[in-house]
Amino acid sequence: MRAFSYEKVSDPAQAAARAAEVEGAKFLAGGTNLLDLMKLEIERPAHVIDVNGLGLDEITETDEGGLRIGALVTNTALSADARIRRDYPVLTRAIAAGASGQLRNKATTGGNLLQRTRCPYFYDTAQPCNKRAPGSGCAALSEGAFSRQLGVIGTSDACIATHPSDMAVGMRVLDAMVETVTPEGMTRTIPLEEFHLLPGDTPEQESALMPGELITAVTLPAPVGGEQKYHKVRDRASYAFALVSVALIRQPDGTGRVALGGVAPKPWRSAAADAELPNGAAAVMAELLGGARPTEENAFKITLAERTLAAMLAEE
Amino acid sequence: MKFDKAAGENTLFDNAEVVGRPTHRVDGPLKVTGTAPYAYERHDVAEGQLYGYPLGSAIGHGRIVSMDAEAARNSPGVRAVVTTLEIDPLEKGMNNVARLFGGAEVQHYHQAIAVVVADSFEQARAAASLIEVEYEKGDPEDYDLGAAFERLQGSGEMDTDTGDVESALSGAAVMLDEMYHTPSHSHMAMEPHASVVDWSDGDRMTVWTSNQMINWNHGSLATTFGLDKEKIRVESPYIGGGFGGKLWLRADAVLAALGSRAAGAPVKVALPRPMIMNNTTHRSETVQRIRMAAGEDGKLTGIWHEAASHTLPDGRGENATAQTPYFYASEAIRTKHHTVSMSLPESADMRAPGEASGLMALEIAMDEMAEKLGMDPVAFRKLNDTQVNPSNPDQRFSDRHFVECLERGAATFGWADRNTAPGATRDGQWLIGHGVAGAYRGALVLPSGARALLEGGKLVVETDMTDIGTGSYTILAQTAAETMGLTLDDIEMRMGNSAFPVSSGSGGQFGAASSSAGVYAACMALRARIAEELGVEEPEFREGRVIAGNTNRALSELEGEIDAVDSIEWGDFQDEYQMATFGAHFVEVGVHAGTGETRVRRMLAVCDSGRILNPVTARSQVIGGMTMAVGAALSEDMALDSGRGMFANHDLAGYEVAVHADIPEQEVIFLDTLDPVASPLKAKGVGELGVCGVAAAVANAVYNATGVRVRDYPVTLDKLIGGLPPLG
Repeated sequence: MRAFSYEKVSDPAQAAARAAEVEGAKFLAGGTNLLDLMKLEIERPAHVIDVNGLGLDEITETDEGGLRIGALVTNTALSADARIRRDYPVLTRAIAAGASGQLRNKATTGGNLLQRTRCPYFYDTAQPCNKRAPGSGCAALSEGAFSRQLGVIGTSDACIATHPSDMAVGMRVLDAMVETVTPEGMTRTIPLEEFHLLPGDTPEQESALMPGELITAVTLPAPVGGEQKYHKVRDRASYAFALVSVALIRQPDGTGRVALGGVAPKPWRSAAADAELPNGAAAVMAELLGGARPTEENAFKITLAERTLAAMLAEE
Repeated sequence: MKFDKAAGENTLFDNAEVVGRPTHRVDGPLKVTGTAPYAYERHDVAEGQLYGYPLGSAIGHGRIVSMDAEAARNSPGVRAVVTTLEIDPLEKGMNNVARLFGGAEVQHYHQAIAVVVADSFEQARAAASLIEVEYEKGDPEDYDLGAAFERLQGSGEMDTDTGDVESALSGAAVMLDEMYHTPSHSHMAMEPHASVVDWSDGDRMTVWTSNQMINWNHGSLATTFGLDKEKIRVESPYIGGGFGGKLWLRADAVLAALGSRAAGAPVKVALPRPMIMNNTTHRSETVQRIRMAAGEDGKLTGIWHEAASHTLPDGRGENATAQTPYFYASEAIRTKHHTVSMSLPESADMRAPGEASGLMALEIAMDEMAEKLGMDPVAFRKLNDTQVNPSNPDQRFSDRHFVECLERGAATFGWADRNTAPGATRDGQWLIGHGVAGAYRGALVLPSGARALLEGGKLVVETDMTDIGTGSYTILAQTAAETMGLTLDDIEMRMGNSAFPVSSGSGGQFGAASSSAGVYAACMALRARIAEELGVEEPEFREGRVIAGNTNRALSELEGEIDAVDSIEWGDFQDEYQMATFGAHFVEVGVHAGTGETRVRRMLAVCDSGRILNPVTARSQVIGGMTMAVGAALSEDMALDSGRGMFANHDLAGYEVAVHADIPEQEVIFLDTLDPVASPLKAKGVGELGVCGVAAAVANAVYNATGVRVRDYPVTLDKLIGGLPPLG
C-alpha cells in the first residue's frame, strides 16, 4: 500500500469536484474491495476521498412507482428491505448469494457496481495484465494459463476477465438505472446496460463514469412482478464467485427476462434472448451466448448456463 | 523408559479416571478470548520489534541478474533491506529441499528474494514493492505429470513386489485398469507462517515462531545460520494450524533472522497469504494407475499400484502407493512411486502424506471392482481384509478392526437401505447418492521426552511438544493427572519451547501416542523419585496422595521441588508387527441434476485407532480431517499455470477449502479398541486417519448419485454435467 492523502467530504457534488481536481483520487465507501487492492499494490490512489458522510443511505420511492437506492445503502440493508424483498425478490436473492455476511454489512450499492475483477492474474502484480497495467499483455490468455473462472463472451484479445458482482446481475434483469453527479455538479442517469464497458483494447476502462463522476443512486423501475429467481452456481456452497449465475424473471404467460453473471465483463443480457424465453433454455442461450469465445478450460460454462436456466424453468 | 514389550494388564490406564474422559481443551478459554499468544502477536517478548516484509520471485525458475533496492532503502521508516544477492546461499536445514534464501538461483515462484525491515508493517510492505529485480528466466519446462508417468511407468526397481502380479492380472476373472489424478493441495492453515526473531547482536538468537517440530526447527536454524544450537532458543506454544506445512524451517523465520541481524533489533515476519501457495510447501499432484485382479469369489488376487508425483531435485514428493502394500489381502502386490523433478514450489508432507492421495484413488478402484464383481462395496472390502501384512505375511497387525469399522458404520448409516442403482434416487432436482471408503494410516511413533516437577501438590510438565490445534495440551495434562493421581486443575503444561526436553513434536499422526508416552515416562520417573524420597516401595498415587504401607501422604505436603526427566524409547519388538489405524467412511451427497453442483448431506466416520485419550479433541481431529477431505474431493485445486511454472490461485477465495455451508451433519464413532503394541497407553494417533479415504467416499457417492465415474479430482461440476441424466 502506498502512502496516500485522505479527506472526508459532505456533499456529493463537492466529492465529484474534488475527485476531478486531485490527481489519482479514488472514492472510498465500504472499502471491501478497494482496501484489499491497495494492500496488494493493485490500486495505488494518491488521494482517497471518503464518501461515507454523504448520506445517500436511504431507499425511497420514486414518482414512477419504483425505488431509488442510495449509493451508500449497504448490501445487507438493501437485500433485507421489505419493499425489495416483496417487489424485487431477484435482487435480494442475488445479493444474499454474494460474499459473506460480514462483507455485505460493509459493501455499498455504488461500490459493488464498481468492484473489480477477481482474475488471478489481475491480482498478481508480477504478471502481465492489461487491466492493471495497460499494454503489458494478458497472462490469462497465454499458453498453459489458468482460465477456468474467466469470461466466455464480451471478452477481447486484451482481456477475458469477468465482472464478479451478483447484485449487478439482479439489477440488470430489473432494468436498473445508475444516477450520478458530475464534477460540474450536473446529474445524469446511465442505464445499467451501458454502465459497464466491454474491454476491447482498453480493459482498464471499466465503466461509463467520467473522471470524478460519483454514483449517487441506483433506481429501479416500477415492479414487473412475475416469478423471480437467482441461481448462483459455484464449486462450494458459499463464499465463492459464480462459475455461472442466472437471474430470471418469468411471467405467468412464459415471457420474461434472463441475465447472466460469471460469464462476461458485465451482467449479460439481451432483448433477443429474453424474447426466446417461451421457447426454453436452449433457445435463450443460443441467442445470449451465441458469440461466445471460451477457453478450453471454461467452455463448460456455456453448457452450464443452459442447464442452470433449464433447471430453473423446470422447478416446481 | 524403554517400551520393550507389549503393554499388558494396565491398571493405570485401563481403569482410567481422567484419560479417555471427554474433556474440553484446557487452552480453550485462551483461544476463544483471543489471548493465546500466536507468533505474530508476541508483542511482549522483545522490546522494539520491527516489521519485516518479504519479496518473492516473479519467475518460476532461473537466475536473478540484478536487484536495485535503493528506492526501498530510502523509503520512509525503512531500517534495513536484505536481498538474496547479498547473502551466500544458506545451508539447507533438515528436510528442506528448496533453498530458503541466498544466492542468485531461483528454484520456484515466490521463493523469498528480499526482506524489507521498517518501523511499521505498512512501511515495510510499501518499500518491498519498490525493489526492482532483473531476472534471467530458466529454460521452459514440461509440467505434464501425466506425460511423465507414461514415460516412467514400469521402470526402475519396484518398491513392493510380492507374488506374481503379472500372472494374477493376465488370468483374472475380473480385472480393473484405470488412471486416477489428484491435484496439488495447499495446507492453507488459518495462521500464516510467522516468526518474531531477535538476532540483534548476530550471536544469540531467539525465535518465536509457528512450528510443529521444535527440535527439528532448532537444528535447522543452527545449520542454516552456522550457529551452535545452544545459542538458539525456539518457542512455539500456540500454532494456528500446521497440517505438515509447518514441519520444517520456512522463509518467515529465516527472513526475520536476517532482518534482525541487519537492523540490530527484533523483527517479525508473516508470510502474506498470496505467498503461501508458492513460497511454502504443498502436497504434490499425483497421477496413479491402479490395476486389480479378483476371482469370481471376490477375493483380490493381484494389485499393481503405480504413481508419480512432482518434486524439486532430491525431494520425496507424495507417495500415493503408501498404503497399498498393507491395506487389502492379495497374494500379489506391486507398487512403485516415481518422483518427477519439476521446477515448481517444494512438494512435501501434508496431513497423511501418501495415504491421503493414495486412498483417493485406491478407494474409488475398490468401488469399481465391487461393481464389476456385482458385490456390495462394504462386503467386498470385508472379504479382502487381512490380519497380516500382505506384502510380508509373517508380520501381523498389532491390532486391526477394519471389518468392525465397516460393519458398525454400515449399520449406523443405514447402508443396507441405499439404492444401489446409480442415478436412480431423486429429491426434487437433486440426485441422491451414497458412498463408502476404507481408511488406512500408519501408526508411527517417535522418541518423546518430558520433565515433571512437583511442588506444593501442583505438577508442572515441560516438553517441547507442540499443540497445532490438536489438543496436545489437554491430552498430556490428562496423562500427567492420571499417572500422578491428580486432577486436571493440578497440572500446568508448558510446551513448545526448545528449553524443554525434546518430544516427538506434531506430525505424521505420531504426536498423541508418542508424547503421551513421554509424559507418562517422566511422571513414572517422578513417582520413583518420590518413592525414593519417602523410602517406600511401589506406592500408589491417587486422589492427590501417595500411599504405600503405612505411608499415606498428600502430595501437597511433600517438601520443596521434586522433579524428574525421562523420555520414551521404542523397543525393537514393535518391528514384529505392522502398526496402523483403520477407518470406514460413509457419505451421502446430493448432486443437482441440472448444474452438477455436489453438496454433501451427511457423513459418518468409524475409527479404529487404539485408546482414545480424549473423545472431545479426538472427534475434533476427525471431523477436521473429514472437512479437509470434502475440500479435496470437491473443490481444492492448486491451479497449475504450466506456462509459468507456478500456481495461479493465491488466496482463500481462489483456493476453495470447504466452508461452513459445505459441511453438514458429521458423526464420528470410535471403536473401543486398545493396541498394547502401540504404546504404554495402548493409544494410536487419529488426526490423519480422519482425512484418509473420505474424498473417495464422496466420489463414490457422486457416482452412485449420477452414474458418472470421475477419477480426476476435484469432482467439479464441469466433469459431471456431460453425463447427467435428463432433468426430471
